[in-house]
Amino acid sequence: MSGLRFADIDGWRAALATDRAAALAEAVRMATASQTELNALITPAPITPIADHVGSGIGDLAGIPYAHKDLFCSEGVRATAGSRMLAEFISPYDATVSARLNAAGAVCIGKANMDEFAMGSSNENSAFGPVRNPWNVERVPGGSSGGSAALVAAGVVPFATGSDTGGSVRQPAAFCGVTGFKPTYGRVSRYGMIAFASSLDQAGVIARHARDCAQVLNVLAGFDPKDATSVERPTEDFVAACARGVRGMRIGVAKELYSAGVRSEVAECTRRALTELEQAGAVLVDIQLPRLPLSVPAYYVIAPAEASSNLARYDGVRYGHRAEHARDLNDLYSRSRSEGFGDEVKRRILVGTFVLSAGYYDAYYLRAQRIRRLIAEDFARAFAKVDVIAGPTTPDVAFTLGEKSNDPLAMYAADINTVAVNLAGLPAMSLPCGFVDDLPVGLQLIGPAWGETQLFAAGHGYQQISDWHQKTPRVLS
Amino acid sequence: MHIEANDLDRLARLARLALTADERSALVSSLDDALSMVSALREVDVNGITPMAHPHDATLRLRADEVTETDRQSALERIAPQMQGGLYLVPKVIE
Repeated sequence: MSGLRFADIDGWRAALATDRAAALAEAVRMATASQTELNALITPAPITPIADHVGSGIGDLAGIPYAHKDLFCSEGVRATAGSRMLAEFISPYDATVSARLNAAGAVCIGKANMDEFAMGSSNENSAFGPVRNPWNVERVPGGSSGGSAALVAAGVVPFATGSDTGGSVRQPAAFCGVTGFKPTYGRVSRYGMIAFASSLDQAGVIARHARDCAQVLNVLAGFDPKDATSVERPTEDFVAACARGVRGMRIGVAKELYSAGVRSEVAECTRRALTELEQAGAVLVDIQLPRLPLSVPAYYVIAPAEASSNLARYDGVRYGHRAEHARDLNDLYSRSRSEGFGDEVKRRILVGTFVLSAGYYDAYYLRAQRIRRLIAEDFARAFAKVDVIAGPTTPDVAFTLGEKSNDPLAMYAADINTVAVNLAGLPAMSLPCGFVDDLPVGLQLIGPAWGETQLFAAGHGYQQISDWHQKTPRVLS
Repeated sequence: MHIEANDLDRLARLARLALTADERSALVSSLDDALSMVSALREVDVNGITPMAHPHDATLRLRADEVTETDRQSALERIAPQMQGGLYLVPKVIE
């Protein structure tokens, strides 16, 4: 069956209704074929036999193929989190996200490549080799959900899961020219999502269309007693919210999101998008986020602190990599961890250990948490005046593989427009809004806590008046 | 605060990481860079600001006092590197 590359969820539904077996076979064929050029899958195989899905499926996403970021656990399936530490780890249980997608009938065609333990912005930190950007295979796809974004951009699957701790859904979506949605902290269960920084991590969705993100979020969202930070709230229909339109919507524009580091051509693309939204009836309002510049330093204290604590569980005893011929228990711990973790993960564990250590805890960790509150208060003040906030997702387009891999600070600095959102626990999305150097540019929309519906109204509204999300890279085999 | 080689050794010991000589020299400088980047936080007046540990300032909720966990011992044993008789095996701790 042909014609499914770049199909959206409704396109897949139509094809599945015509010939379910052929459509699913085509999904697997496209995924396998993409590996040579993109390396976007760590496990390039369906997690349950395709034959199980060939009978008439039930559920809101019945038969719809997707790629699952390799930090979501699925029972009986390998989940590596992009790390040598978990290269052989077979999960004994399902993440809630996996269980909900299974219950909705969605078909996982493979586990997507990612930066190790979701630490990275280029996918170069994967123990399974970097993913390549479908728009230009010499460029990075972004990270950490780089495999997910690349597969959606290449038209292999209509959606993919991701996780976003400091921009890991939005930044790769921007670099790959697709739509990435990060919900409010607590909206989607973190149960069974391999932890990086637990007060910042949130599962998200990548698709070409905002409306498809809404269809998937309708399945994923909801209270889960298995996640102590999952928030009990009435469910909302995000697909219905897409139809609300942008007329009368107040869009905040903050100059801090256009700081000196943002390339002028990138800024120009997003300003053009804002003008189009204004012509469609939205109202642009100037706002201030004065503490935004502090978000990168605050994030690079809090996230490593939480990571150093979360990753203490990898000890070579209960699961994961175990060093051979250890002299004693401490030697077993240190050598298992040193062999299992890559450079960036070690660096962040050490930074986290430092900021939590005696004598430095108050000066670094507690101080960063106080500044986190100031950043959240900036957003709260802005959202008293506007419905959403807009700006560039990233300061520049996708960079060349290897260009920043020896300069972690340059990589961290480029997270300036995304990390504040996680510190404040807000929902946000990245939408394709143009090209610079033949590479996609992302427009970020940020909503107030639990403001997903207005984000979908704005995002889908923008995609009704633009066609950047319909652009496709040259077709792979 | 500057990171020196002996600071790095202390952190590596606390974090249970065994670093090679090459890793040590690279990490001393990159940790030092990372800490000088975050030192911007020291300039900010944070007097009277309560630390924010959780995005919604939520407290952990209580659940009903009912048994919800099932016995997963055999499933968890299967993913352990070394088990014997239901126990995790580690190098000898007591001489």
